[in-house]
Amino acid sequence: MQLIKDQQIIENTWQYIADNDELKTGDISVSFARWQADKKQLMAHDGKLGIRMSTTDSADELANDLEKFQLIELDFPDFADGRLFSQAWLLRGRYHYQGEIRAIGHYIPDQVFYLARVGVNAFSPKVAEELPDIIKKLKDFTVNYQNSIN
Amino acid sequence: MYQYTDTDQTLVDERVAQFRRQTEQFLKGELSEDHYRALRLRNGVYIQTHAPLLRVAGPYGLLNSKQVRKLAHIARFYDKKYCHFTTRQNIQFNWPKLEQIPDILAELASVQMHSIQTSGNCMRNTTTDHLAGVCVDEIEDPRPYCEIIRQWTTLHPEFDYLPRKFKIAVSGALHDRAATQFHDIGLHLVKNAEGEVGFKVIVGGGLGRTPIIGQVIKPYLEKKHLLSYLEAILRIYNLYGRRDNKYKARIKILVKESSLAKFSALVDKEWSHLKDNNELSAERLTAMCAQFSAPAYDDQALEDQSFAQHQAADQAFATWVKHNTANHKVSGYRAAFVSLKAPDSPPGDMTDDQLEAVADLADAYSFGEIRVTHRQNLILADIKQADLYSLWQKLAEQKLATPNIGTATDMICCPGLDFCSLANAGSIGIAKEINEALDDMDYIHDIGDLKINMSGCMNGCAHQSVGHIGILGVDKKGTEWYQLTLGGSSENNAAIGERLGPAVAKDQITQAIVTILDVYIKQRLEEESFLDMVNRVGITPFKEQVYATH
Repeated sequence: MQLIKDQQIIENTWQYIADNDELKTGDISVSFARWQADKKQLMAHDGKLGIRMSTTDSADELANDLEKFQLIELDFPDFADGRLFSQAWLLRGRYHYQGEIRAIGHYIPDQVFYLARVGVNAFSPKVAEELPDIIKKLKDFTVNYQNSIN
Repeated sequence: MYQYTDTDQTLVDERVAQFRRQTEQFLKGELSEDHYRALRLRNGVYIQTHAPLLRVAGPYGLLNSKQVRKLAHIARFYDKKYCHFTTRQNIQFNWPKLEQIPDILAELASVQMHSIQTSGNCMRNTTTDHLAGVCVDEIEDPRPYCEIIRQWTTLHPEFDYLPRKFKIAVSGALHDRAATQFHDIGLHLVKNAEGEVGFKVIVGGGLGRTPIIGQVIKPYLEKKHLLSYLEAILRIYNLYGRRDNKYKARIKILVKESSLAKFSALVDKEWSHLKDNNELSAERLTAMCAQFSAPAYDDQALEDQSFAQHQAADQAFATWVKHNTANHKVSGYRAAFVSLKAPDSPPGDMTDDQLEAVADLADAYSFGEIRVTHRQNLILADIKQADLYSLWQKLAEQKLATPNIGTATDMICCPGLDFCSLANAGSIGIAKEINEALDDMDYIHDIGDLKINMSGCMNGCAHQSVGHIGILGVDKKGTEWYQLTLGGSSENNAAIGERLGPAVAKDQITQAIVTILDVYIKQRLEEESFLDMVNRVGITPFKEQVYATH
């Protein structure tokens, strides 16, 4: 599956490992709960490590471990739930996270301009047809009134 | 009045282009109903009973004559020749065609207007005192801060998908004319012990289904911290506000359920990270204040003798002056209300011709500016006393001079069942009936200061819970009934009205209002207002009479 990272279409190299599944080789992401439960095992993993955040996880709780992750996925259960916009801002603006922040799940292309402004730099589409739409909508505005992360 | 910079203009132009694309995608079936709904709401577009409704932002209620002429043009060419002014100092069109709305927005952008964030679960139009900058009891003009807040809230990337809508009001005067205690955030410009001016911050107030009076979260906030403190409140609300039940999603519920102390501690902790990095600079404040500098008043205005002569000679003019004008901080000037509560037209509505006439009057007499009040009237704020007589005559020709501001027939009224898909009951028809029952102006003036607010459903768009008399339309098995409350107020003495008793049938409601007013006339003390009497005697004497025959 392709996705957009830093405004370019790229191939996804990451796999999400569900909480009850065996870890796999390569670049993997896990839930925050799995990370807390299996920290030792995950630290020994020889690929890159990512975290999948849900709306109820918080950047504050992740803050001390951020350097261990190359990817943070923000998993939108519903586009109307704006909590992850604040979590993205906190990850970048407060905790200075430098890795990839990727929007996944049920956000909509019309939100990517805002998501980019709070620090999301990668977008996984629901269907491949969304890719050009997302790239276009990242440029909806050339001006704004607030400070941006991007 | 604030003039757009290139940045402001580019932003609204790009917003129009964005909404045009979104609407095209929707009409082609490329955007789902659910997704488009959220996007159109953030551009003020509702789908109502008969047609889409477009709500245009009136930034803190301030418009110029060019903008009002544009509203007239839109009413004439895209709608049914009228528009409606709302309690958020906004403007609504009831009959636009969805496919034409992008064109309407482009028309608005050409006169520095927009409809951004006039609905949806985001930060809404900031409102203020309709007498800002001209009233005699002002500590400082709130409008520069309103504009700073307008810009900060517009397209804020983090806070566009909040748990629920979010409303901010600012007052700069001793008398709170902006209902700040019933807003998600209310800001009062106040002086501290050192004589410096800052903000008292009130949080968690609101109307609607669960009316709550806001609580003071910060007795004094330095001006330079305004935006960082707002950001802290919004972030805490965005993260912790309830999203499981839309009726419990406003910040008032979060503040109430967590307690002000706990909420305040969360905000302060968040703010401690922000306050030193995001200060408003003195330069920015000075530049913004300059945008609202006083117009070139005539310092000889008080010399005029004709004003007193006309009042002595013409009783109708004197009555209008008494009820429909307000004191002005500059001698020889008054602020004049344009009453949108003529007995035979729906409260807050204005025709295309009336809009143009008022734009002309603003140019002739009031430096080209027009304000919208939160009680659904307009104000020409800077009228020389020598001009009041001809202004009055011209307003009267347009049926805009009914001398009823602040009286029983100056009702706040939502569109109700006639237009709104949420409503349970009609409100415009009831307003008309009450107007017909109270057709004696002397009687209305004898009753004096009275705020009747009427909403067609529990969402309470017409703020019935803070009306001195509140009327709430409810549905009982398919028929329209009305619940009455007494003693509400949205001003300094904020109070939520007390329920009088069981709902009253549609054919009884006007009689109930008349009965309530009769009780007041018979039992009031000398000089006692309706609200004061309700506060003194409670609801019982009213209740006994209204339900006497039941």
